[in-house]
Amino acid sequence: MSALPEAPTAPRSEGDATEAAVDADGPPPANAEASRPGIGVGGWIAASWLIFVVAVAFLAPLLPFDSPTARGSGPRLPLFTDGHILGTDSSQRDVLARLVFGARASLIVGFGAVAIGMVVGGSLGLIAGFRRGKVDTALSSLFDILLAFPQLVLALSLVTFLRPPASSDASAPDTGASLTSIQILVIAIGIVAIPLLARITRATTLSWSQREFVLAARAQGAKGGRIMIREVLPNVLPAMFSIALLSVGIAIIAEGGLSLLGVGVEPPDPSWGNMITENRNVRSAPLNALFTPIIALFLTVMALNYLGDAIRRKFDVRESAL
Amino acid sequence: MSSNTLSILKLIGRKLAQLVVVLFVVTLFTFLLVRLLPGDPVDLLVPVSTDTTDESDRAIIEARRQQITDDLDLNDPLPKQYITWIGGFVTGDLGNEYTVSSTIPVSDAVTSALPPTTQLILYSQILAVLLALPVGVISAYRQGGIFDRIANVSAFGSLSLPGFAIGLLLAYWVGVRLNPSLPTWINIPPQGYTPFPGLNPANWSFEPRTPDSVPDHFFGMLLPALSLALGQFAVYMRLLRSDMIQTLQEDFILMAKSKGISNGRVLWRHALRPSSLTLLTVAGLSVGTLIGNAVVIEVVFGIPGMGTLIASSIIGREFITLQSSVAIVAIAFVVINALLDILYSVLDPRIRNVRAA
Amino acid sequence: MSTATSDLTATGAGHDEEPLLVVEDLSTTFSTGGADIRAVEQVDLSLERGRTLGIVGESGSGKSVLSRSIMGLVPKYATRTGSVRFDGREMIDADTDVLREVWGAEMAMVFQDPMTALNPVQRIGHQIMESIKEHLDYSKTQRQETAIALLRSVGIPEPERRLKQYPQELSGGMRQRVVIAIALACGPGLLFADEPTTALDVTVQAQILDLLETQQRERNMAVVLVTHDLGVVATRADEIAVMYAGRIVEQAPTEVLFREMRHPYTEALLKSIPRLDLPSHTRLAAIGGRPPDLMHPPAGCRFASRCDYAQDRCREEEPPLSGGDERDSEGHLYRCWYPVGISRPQTTVDTVVEETHVRSPDDPQVSEALDGSASDRHGTSSRDGDAPASAAEDA
Repeated sequence: MSALPEAPTAPRSEGDATEAAVDADGPPPANAEASRPGIGVGGWIAASWLIFVVAVAFLAPLLPFDSPTARGSGPRLPLFTDGHILGTDSSQRDVLARLVFGARASLIVGFGAVAIGMVVGGSLGLIAGFRRGKVDTALSSLFDILLAFPQLVLALSLVTFLRPPASSDASAPDTGASLTSIQILVIAIGIVAIPLLARITRATTLSWSQREFVLAARAQGAKGGRIMIREVLPNVLPAMFSIALLSVGIAIIAEGGLSLLGVGVEPPDPSWGNMITENRNVRSAPLNALFTPIIALFLTVMALNYLGDAIRRKFDVRESAL
Repeated sequence: MSSNTLSILKLIGRKLAQLVVVLFVVTLFTFLLVRLLPGDPVDLLVPVSTDTTDESDRAIIEARRQQITDDLDLNDPLPKQYITWIGGFVTGDLGNEYTVSSTIPVSDAVTSALPPTTQLILYSQILAVLLALPVGVISAYRQGGIFDRIANVSAFGSLSLPGFAIGLLLAYWVGVRLNPSLPTWINIPPQGYTPFPGLNPANWSFEPRTPDSVPDHFFGMLLPALSLALGQFAVYMRLLRSDMIQTLQEDFILMAKSKGISNGRVLWRHALRPSSLTLLTVAGLSVGTLIGNAVVIEVVFGIPGMGTLIASSIIGREFITLQSSVAIVAIAFVVINALLDILYSVLDPRIRNVRAA
Repeated sequence: MSTATSDLTATGAGHDEEPLLVVEDLSTTFSTGGADIRAVEQVDLSLERGRTLGIVGESGSGKSVLSRSIMGLVPKYATRTGSVRFDGREMIDADTDVLREVWGAEMAMVFQDPMTALNPVQRIGHQIMESIKEHLDYSKTQRQETAIALLRSVGIPEPERRLKQYPQELSGGMRQRVVIAIALACGPGLLFADEPTTALDVTVQAQILDLLETQQRERNMAVVLVTHDLGVVATRADEIAVMYAGRIVEQAPTEVLFREMRHPYTEALLKSIPRLDLPSHTRLAAIGGRPPDLMHPPAGCRFASRCDYAQDRCREEEPPLSGGDERDSEGHLYRCWYPVGISRPQTTVDTVVEETHVRSPDDPQVSEALDGSASDRHGTSSRDGDAPASAAEDA
């Protein structure tokens, strides 16, 4: 028997496998990827982890953690020391406390940046996709140009631009209320996310705007803005939610990258990114302080990716729209 | 035939026009980055207090400030400044890094930083594609099998682990822990960079731990390239897999089989080729991501490339260096993307004819 | 196509008079995780060199799977049982390597859609020469010359130039000629043509069928012509097997089948032949209902639920494939308890022939067949078993 599968997706769904297998001359079966009941066991594990991380990070000041910045004295403590379950770092700061407060910073940057990207990019994409015509052309070219920059380099430039001039110098003019490093990261990464999210929203909106119920609403004389908000937006949102989850993961990673480049959350306040940065000298760094934020980052980003994928499958967001 | 060639030329022309527009915006943006920073650019570029009481010092500083202002044409209107700047840029004058007493051309720093970055991106692209090809093809061929499942889970995992984290893990486990127990001719350090000793084989040394050591160069780049490559590998492998699964269902695959040619030939010659064009596009489009990630990986592994240059210019507040490095990285990104786009349209006969039609 | 050619070919085979292809009790089952799909069941066929077997059925009847099962070109999750003897060799349990030696060299297939059957990123020359390279010990120049000769023989102008072209640069009809050239490259003894004209323009269809017929005559090939269109096989096949839901429901020499069709499904097929200027999914609209689910086939006759004449027995007991009524011609087999024309009046085939005429008016054989029956056109009310429909008598 031959070993090359000509229809390698044999056990997809039984209905279409039958048709595809039995006669090659029938019309290609509509993809009967049945609407899945939910996000699956994996989805729930991912969601639980995220809820746990968010809750701990959010409630951190109320929980009995050490100060993440207080330096202890004496020797550096290894893992599983009483009172310092994850040990301490080279400045004798409690790694668990830094991890938890670091989660706060990383999650604020992740969710904050995506919130900006969603609100601004999402609205622009919605308008571009719904209005089409000149508005679309103009906005789409704008997105394309912004996407022509390497994203991390763009974020880096923006952070540099937004940072207050070196404070060591008295001559530096004070431009008024200066932003904290976390706020700067949120804005910079948020701006970078705008064209990406806008383009995806536009594609999704475009496909929904062609559906019959939207055309019907138009035919009944409903106003454009009203159709956009009432008919199109609710359908675009689930897709956007899944993209948003994936984007939060990317934003959290971006914070780490920017930390390594020296423009992350201002030390001594912790974030996962600057914990990794502080301990990046693998020859001498305390491994508990290096690997714990990496593990936390990995699990969180994986949970976000998994959940995002699961939701995308559930709502059948086409890969091509990305 | 000629109409076909003509349409290809038209296509290339359109792409080149797009490229020019994007290049203009990109360079304008990086140009404005420094000029629009709050405060007097000269203050930013020469962070030296003018509040000195010493008359002669003040005179020197004032003269210096005047010189810098002239150098950067800061008194010209912005459009004119841009034209002067971009004019210098295309002729290789990337500006100067100023201190009170010295004027160092940025082009020196950039010239020495470009090769390591280029090498890093090149090696990681090669690694990613070389890994993705067999894994993607076999996964598609044995879809749902054990190999496929393992490949998919690992791909999903490596997509959730940023390159710098992979880099640090590799640097520790391989560079610190494993390296000492490797044979001496394999030297995989956790950090550092051995330059490639030029294109003249006469200068090559094959002794490990010598300055012109060729193996040291490649072994030294292994971990950084791998850190960059794993994420890309996951993207390429998933893409190739799903594309191949579709291709394998095409009639022309069955047709190829019906000719009696071997499974391997059907798989690698008939199925892979159409899919590999998709891979090429995505590999091209990923250069941007790679550049961005390479910047971080360089910092992790202490490779003196563009990333390290950018990071050190941020910390040292060397804005002209930062501006020029960002501009170069962005321009490289834009140009590479455009070239690959054109290459792709010329290479894929399907696209070529669709557009010609 | 004359039946006389069979005498010529019998001498060609060195085996004790066994036909080139003998299929016995062939079944193909797809295992798709859940229940098995019995796509082809208990098929018996045989075919001599130089002769044409038409396999007719609607979409999903299993006719394409049957031709691929005979060839062995089925996916991994398909299981074949029974026997397929080709040129005296048993192919059903043959090793992949053995099959590969036969594929392309001794058996070849022309696929339905030339738009998708050619690799879009390989030059035509390469695709033709590939199987020559695989099977014949030719030099590069010989391969090239053979490819050019093949393209010329399938009626492609400027064959030298075509070798360097990509499939997209050719029209659909030209591409199907290329597909045929590829199938013919190593001079196979048996050619499967799986709906070779369905995807083509009406004007090109007859040309392609004529080309196949010419090549068949020149090469003395056996051809299995798979189609949903009785009109296509009416003038081109020596024998016809009608498939329904994975089974052969009626099988007879062409002229016998058209003279005295016994199965209600065949009759319905004839009545419902689609017009070719309509999109393909409108075909067979006249037969109500859908074919049965092959995962859970019905107990009785598989056509019962759609059959106008079905009785209780039809729903309970499956009829065997047999003939034997005194009114049947020799070699006429069908699966029906109440065959048309024996237990019921038979219809004439005028309507079909009319359609056939529309389809390929320039085909002399069709015209002949037509003239033969045209006189009966107005006798449709005559519904007794001896209705003189002689659509393909002269074919």
